[in-house]
Amino acid sequence: MLLEIVISLFILIGAAFALIGSIGLARLPDFYMRLHGPTKATTLGVGGLVIASFLYFSHGWEDVSLHEILVTLFLFITAPISASLASKAALHLKLRSLAPAPETIAKQEDAADPAGERQG
Amino acid sequence: MIMTRFLPQPWLSLMLFLLWLLLVNSVAPGHLVLGAILALLLPLFTQRFWPDRPAVQRPLVALRLLGVVLLDIVLANLTVARQVLGPVKRLHPRFVRVPLDLTHEFPITILASIISLTPGTVSVDVTPDRKALLVHGLSVDDEPALVADIKARYEAPLMEVFRC
Repeated sequence: MLLEIVISLFILIGAAFALIGSIGLARLPDFYMRLHGPTKATTLGVGGLVIASFLYFSHGWEDVSLHEILVTLFLFITAPISASLASKAALHLKLRSLAPAPETIAKQEDAADPAGERQG
Repeated sequence: MIMTRFLPQPWLSLMLFLLWLLLVNSVAPGHLVLGAILALLLPLFTQRFWPDRPAVQRPLVALRLLGVVLLDIVLANLTVARQVLGPVKRLHPRFVRVPLDLTHEFPITILASIISLTPGTVSVDVTPDRKALLVHGLSVDDEPALVADIKARYEAPLMEVFRC
């Protein structure tokens, strides 16, 4: 009973943050700011759901379920890379931005690395 | 000598071994052997893709950094949730240049990933000379404070972990 409440709580927290992330995606005015929405959904949103899933499957069946650790790990490796690639592309396309554009860095990069192939 | 020849990256091997056991979710003897074989072979086959990768020197510091990052993710999420739901006009998005003391690609990648994972900041690019990271902040009121925060909380421990 208590466990069910705790699991529900984590599902609700996860879902709430996924929702807030999506609201941010829809509501924020420019591309770079919108990027912040999905990063939030993938960290705390999925984090909450993953903890709930871990508790549920570790309790109901005899052995512990550890796949959730992998989900978190792979997500944490891939999410920043896609965010960085998307924003890098936006920078090259010179998308409209509410933040003052980083002229010096953009120019430097165009001169030294026109194909944009290098990854940090 | 033999150690470096057959186990060029002990940490990667250990991680692959654990990853395999997690993936099959079992510690049956057969999977232990299979995991060990994979952990031995994969680093050998992929070695050419890892040009001079720095080794983790202080695993305990790395663990503490992981704890700090997880805590920061939770705390920063709450802040950003408030910012997202609040009035958009009150946000001050900025591009911030974070000068780097780290010199090696691999730790820089980790630092950039940490910055992207903690909500409120997304690392956009690294300058070609690898002297600075370009970070986009959702609402930056105090630029020097943000830079100092990133350097003290994440970069300093990373430098300690990799000793570079």
